[in-house]
Amino acid sequence: MSSLPENEYYPDVLRAEFDKVEHQSPIAAALGGPVSRRGFMKVSAIAGGGMMLAFGFAGSEKAEAQAAGGGRPGGFGGAPQPLNPSAYIKITPDGKITLYSKTPEIGQGMKTGNALMLAEELDANWNDVTVEQAPINQAVYGNQFAGGSLSLSSNWNLMRQSGAAARALLVAAAAQQWGVPEGELTTANSTVSHAASNRKASYGSLSTAAAALPVPAAASLKLKDKKDWKLFGKRTTGVDNVRLVTGQPLFGMDITDRDIPNLKVAVFEKCPAVGGKVASANLDEIRKLPGVVDAFIVEGTGKVAEVMPGVAIVANNTWSAFSAKKKLKITWDEGNASKDSWTAFQAQAKADAAKGPGAQTLGRPVGDFDATFEGAAKKVEGFYAFNFISHQPMEPQTTTAWYQKDPEGDKLELWGSVQIPDGGRTSAADVTGVKRERAVMHQNRVGGGFGRRLMNDYVCEAAAISKQAGGIPVKLVWTREDDISHDFYRSGGFHDFKGALDKSGKLVGWSGHVISFSDGWAATAPAPQGGFGGPPGGGARPPQAVQGGGWPGATDFPAQFVPNFRLTQTLYPLKIPCGPMRAPGNNTAAWVVQSFMHELSTAANRDHAEFLIEVFGQKQPAPAPAGGGFGGGFGGGGVNADRAVAVIKAAVERSGWGKPLPKGHFQGLAFHFSHQGHFAEVAEISVDAKKKVTLHKMTVVGDIGPIVNLSAAENQVQGSVIEGLSTLGLEVTVEDGRIKEKNFDTYHVARMSIAPPVIDVHFLDTDYNPTGCGEPAYPPAIPALTNAIYAATRHRVRTLPITREGFSIA
Amino acid sequence: MAKVTLNVNGTDHAVDVPEDQPLLWVLRDELKLVGTKFGCGVAQCGACTVHMNGQPIRSCQTPAVAVGGQKITTIEGLAQGGALTAVQKAWVDHDVPQCGYCQAGQIMSATALLRNTPNPTDAQIDSYMQGNLCRCGTYLRIRAAIKSAARDLNGSAS
Repeated sequence: MSSLPENEYYPDVLRAEFDKVEHQSPIAAALGGPVSRRGFMKVSAIAGGGMMLAFGFAGSEKAEAQAAGGGRPGGFGGAPQPLNPSAYIKITPDGKITLYSKTPEIGQGMKTGNALMLAEELDANWNDVTVEQAPINQAVYGNQFAGGSLSLSSNWNLMRQSGAAARALLVAAAAQQWGVPEGELTTANSTVSHAASNRKASYGSLSTAAAALPVPAAASLKLKDKKDWKLFGKRTTGVDNVRLVTGQPLFGMDITDRDIPNLKVAVFEKCPAVGGKVASANLDEIRKLPGVVDAFIVEGTGKVAEVMPGVAIVANNTWSAFSAKKKLKITWDEGNASKDSWTAFQAQAKADAAKGPGAQTLGRPVGDFDATFEGAAKKVEGFYAFNFISHQPMEPQTTTAWYQKDPEGDKLELWGSVQIPDGGRTSAADVTGVKRERAVMHQNRVGGGFGRRLMNDYVCEAAAISKQAGGIPVKLVWTREDDISHDFYRSGGFHDFKGALDKSGKLVGWSGHVISFSDGWAATAPAPQGGFGGPPGGGARPPQAVQGGGWPGATDFPAQFVPNFRLTQTLYPLKIPCGPMRAPGNNTAAWVVQSFMHELSTAANRDHAEFLIEVFGQKQPAPAPAGGGFGGGFGGGGVNADRAVAVIKAAVERSGWGKPLPKGHFQGLAFHFSHQGHFAEVAEISVDAKKKVTLHKMTVVGDIGPIVNLSAAENQVQGSVIEGLSTLGLEVTVEDGRIKEKNFDTYHVARMSIAPPVIDVHFLDTDYNPTGCGEPAYPPAIPALTNAIYAATRHRVRTLPITREGFSIA
Repeated sequence: MAKVTLNVNGTDHAVDVPEDQPLLWVLRDELKLVGTKFGCGVAQCGACTVHMNGQPIRSCQTPAVAVGGQKITTIEGLAQGGALTAVQKAWVDHDVPQCGYCQAGQIMSATALLRNTPNPTDAQIDSYMQGNLCRCGTYLRIRAAIKSAARDLNGSAS
């Protein structure tokens, strides 16, 4: 299976990217596994000695040749690297081990994670290892994106098998040299040992001989048992940390004319109301300003995911470009621009919710909700609203692009801080009319992703500006104001609930009405913007919600756990662009579902944890498809009730749930499953007389299978909790088709003082395949906090941000 | 345009820049010292923090011509002879960074904090570091690393 589980939400941009490449166990495929596309593993000698282990997919040798011809060496700001387009592992006679990480590093820790997976099976001494970003070439490397918390699970087998193959080659080389059976040899710390004869040989000393041997058969590769892991499960500091703390150039923003001679800086001004076109601009005046090289109108493609109309300024340096941008006077034609208004949407949603269920049914209704509700011992109702928010990674959007005329076909070279580098490469090529095979993307470290850089609009803009400027290299730099004004926002939305409890306080009926948005640009959109997969059994796709809006999945909890269940949807056209933001769909679904679940348990006068655990015991027939299984990388798709209950129980236990707390402290609980991760969280807060909320402690228990790098996993969870807190206070105000907030003085991303003294992170020790940790800990943090606010104040927060209900966060 | 001699990390650089050009863009574009980051341009995020005579300033809001003759230290100038400072070492030991983009500014602020307040309390750390945003949310590790660096510095001083 090479596509993502259908019963889990992933943005369309990710599904498309995922489906482009082969994900089958690569070594099995290389040796005749049951897949149509054959891959291959090869070992080769390096000039001057040593070995290089590479893996490729069928047809990739041609791609390698193209990459070698079309691109300059990857990396910058140092000695050019040799171009090793398919290398994962390089071992040289001096004992140095270079591991290549195929995945963009966006702060999720995969540059370290990929290397740990290779090194664990290689039995490398971690101190011998250096890690480099691999070139972007999906024909060679398979998937190369950072999104959907998929990097770890989708590379788990590939990385470990590659490490094991290299280890087997080194063992075979030692066995030949010493004339002993391979079975008598052991490996540790980059060394092969033969205990019987007390001989040892370093990997470096064996590397040249190993390069001449045939790659071992897949069946002969035995991956380590969990008990033999030396690196996994420990805390390993990030491989770029020394470079980061000494300010070395790593990020896309760090490219200068030292790296690319004659590099210019470009800025781009678009209409504050998305969709506005340039009627006129003071270009002559701008062109005369100091340091300005050129200024021109970019017509754009009219697609928000590519290039919208605007004015580009190209200058000798950043300050000249920024200064000129402030002097721009543009008259916009807003005839077709967004007029979206949150105030208007709110009024409409309240009215539509009052009318009853939405016209569109999601998934399959179970039982008879209306009759159940009618006869319920207790009826509970709640209308929830959550606002738009913006990604705002710390590195503003940037891409360096160089469009060049060439008699053999025009070329495009890109240097980006991107989450889907190949998507950026192909989109930018298409926008500039360059053949895709003539475009190259160099991946830089990414100064924060959060889903913003799954979109490649700024990549396309940079390419278009380089071309229109006459083929000069330009670094496009967005200002913070650009970034807040032109995001693919986390969709706002609404959810109207009705719930039914029987006489014993059991949950017997659940009705949800999702009120969200559809793509208001659909007429010009390149592809349907999907909120969830089509109906079971095929048929026409129902109207689609914007990316990250709507509902994550029709079978999502509690769909399979309530005997009378109904989920409906109403969508309003929206022109403000929306996109995936950290656990898209889930970060709002978790808030409304887990808040309403708490409303129900409160109405039933029952303990929240006990009530939630009971619901997980009510598993209905028609279970979710088993899903998963590609490369053994995924656990089953869909929530696993046993795993859910286990993390809830552990969180309750660790947090001291139900036990006496310090005076004025109150707890809130929430659970959510997304991105294959099961997480339960307990927030311990206090609320003062001015309704200021202080988080004292968050207890987080997750089940994501075995942990590769404990430090990175804990860091992701800590960050998720901080982001959950931040979310309580964040809002971009959508009125008159534009965003009111401009910079961090009005868009209040969490600062240090709101961080709690303690975030207790605990991972259950389970044997499921390991899955990602970038996203799943974020969604449940939000309802855990608002449920705690209810416990403290008896006020049910049904609107985000909580500032709209008079609360603030400390 | 104005001529000014900037002393950055112990080296003098004579530059000719517009009067309003912030130090940030002289460091990044002219001197190629790109460790100091652009985050917001309005002194709200702290990514551009450098030291002037040992005290933190926001280089995105400080005109370069205003700091002629002053001792400017950037993230590239902290480690001497390749040896990490106690703060940098604590950052690595605690595996503080996620994306890492804000961390140069965080380290510059933390270094100045410990120079002024060798044993900061949590409240003092929070107050001093409040101007440095970390979108990844590494605040707990920053606090822990500052305390660890403080212990390291105080231990080596006694």
